[in-house]
Amino acid sequence: MSITAGIDVGSTYTKAVVLQDDSVIGMAMKATGFKLTEVSEAMFRAAIADAGIDREDVEYTIATGYGRHQCNVKDLAVTDLTAAARGAHFFFPGTRTVLDIGGQTMKVTRIDETARVKSFRLNDKCAAGTGAFLEKTARYMGFGTEEIGGLMDTSKEHVTISGVCAVFAESEVINHLSQGTSPADIMQGSADSLSARSVQLLKRAKAEPEYTLTGGLLRWPRMIDTIAKQLDAEVNSAKGDLVQYTGAVGAALLGRIRLEKLAEKGVVEQTA
Amino acid sequence: MAYAAGVDVGSTQTKAIIIDEQRNVVGRSLGDTGANVVVAAETAFAQALADGKIEEGEVEYIIGTGYGRYRVTFGNDQVTEISCHARGAVRFFPNTRSVVDMGGQDTKAIRVNDKGEIDDFCMNDKCAAGTGRFLGAAAAALDMGLDDLGPTALKATKPVRISTTCTVFAESEVLAWLGKGKKVEDILWGVHQSIASRSSALMRRVGIEDEITFTGGVTRNVAMIKALEERLDKKLNVSEESHYMGAMGAAMFALDRIFASREPAEATETAR
Repeated sequence: MSITAGIDVGSTYTKAVVLQDDSVIGMAMKATGFKLTEVSEAMFRAAIADAGIDREDVEYTIATGYGRHQCNVKDLAVTDLTAAARGAHFFFPGTRTVLDIGGQTMKVTRIDETARVKSFRLNDKCAAGTGAFLEKTARYMGFGTEEIGGLMDTSKEHVTISGVCAVFAESEVINHLSQGTSPADIMQGSADSLSARSVQLLKRAKAEPEYTLTGGLLRWPRMIDTIAKQLDAEVNSAKGDLVQYTGAVGAALLGRIRLEKLAEKGVVEQTA
Repeated sequence: MAYAAGVDVGSTQTKAIIIDEQRNVVGRSLGDTGANVVVAAETAFAQALADGKIEEGEVEYIIGTGYGRYRVTFGNDQVTEISCHARGAVRFFPNTRSVVDMGGQDTKAIRVNDKGEIDDFCMNDKCAAGTGRFLGAAAAALDMGLDDLGPTALKATKPVRISTTCTVFAESEVLAWLGKGKKVEDILWGVHQSIASRSSALMRRVGIEDEITFTGGVTRNVAMIKALEERLDKKLNVSEESHYMGAMGAAMFALDRIFASREPAEATETAR
């Protein structure tokens, strides 16, 4: 019986979880902003409060994500790939490929049956292949990030959005709007184009099933359906909010593994 | 006396130039393109006529150029902005061999031979990095006007290195540097250096030869001229006309057509 914490300091959102054995007992999330040290500590405390435990009860804390080194409450930092792989494996042990779409990155990781990373491919250079593309499209139409999911749900007709550049998409979006295309269809069109990019990345990585999707964008069910359809395969994703916390859960799990190793080592040292 | 006109409908601004038979500029105008491209073109032409106190009927031939050239509904013909910028550059700087045109949404590198003809060109039409939009994104992030960027950047003492390629991510990077306490001028100089590096790479792809003429709206930005000159280690030809080079080139082509219609023998002789 152990309690560990995982903090995923992403480019857009910071997520923290508290894990007791195999159950998530506390969660917290907030927009990352620019004060990474502060936000990671705040989310750590919020997740502890959510779990209803004391800070001293947390035996080990692992930070991950792009801002992991700025997190001061961690015992150890691990890469986002390692954390997401562990989290995906925890929810779906059959996972061989993890597709993570975050605010400013898209990553494909191939893992083995023990959740070890075998190879990966990523895009962090161009916003057109990341969540920022959908965020920008929504903003050009006067919608906020939280409205993206609802818009996609009400899309009726297929519209092609080229998705070559998130900046150039602005004139494309304005053209569509002026021709009377509904914002919902434009939103879904951008999701289609982003999804096509993810399928390309999966192919380049020579991805194999089972596929597990993680990251903030997958909190919208329509996004999961879109990728599954384009990939023409079944995909896994953690239920509800948890899909966004997959990396944080993975970090907490790695904390538990680390604790167990430390304990073993301690025993060896004692007997020796 | 007949007049010829060139209307350059750019993604951001629309420029019009009217010249007389001796290729002297007699009227000009500059305005934002906005959402209605047809109106922008009409307005620009009307203002150039008013500027030169010329009647519409006196203008014998009009050529449209720029991304909105097919919306110059009153024009007699269209010529690509590549040809027009080269032509305009050679008109003002006869020894021009390389042209770098930096506009609102794209950057073009053009190589011309000693006859003023285009040998090769290259442009970034798929990605907004290294274009005026990169400056626009920085201006938006810092809440500054475009015209303040250059003078501010020149005050830099400890330049910041901008690491992102994508214009969308640059906006967050600028804010992140501000959050870390960097000075606005140091961040801005870094932004200019980043654009200079991207554009010089584009120029190298077509080959850089002396003399280099800098054209397009970004020529108004003093820091951009300096950053490009430092990067290329060469002086650039820039004048007050640089912003109007595309429209000037279009007007020159229009004048060719006027002469050609009068005396067929002159048709092959290009007015320089």
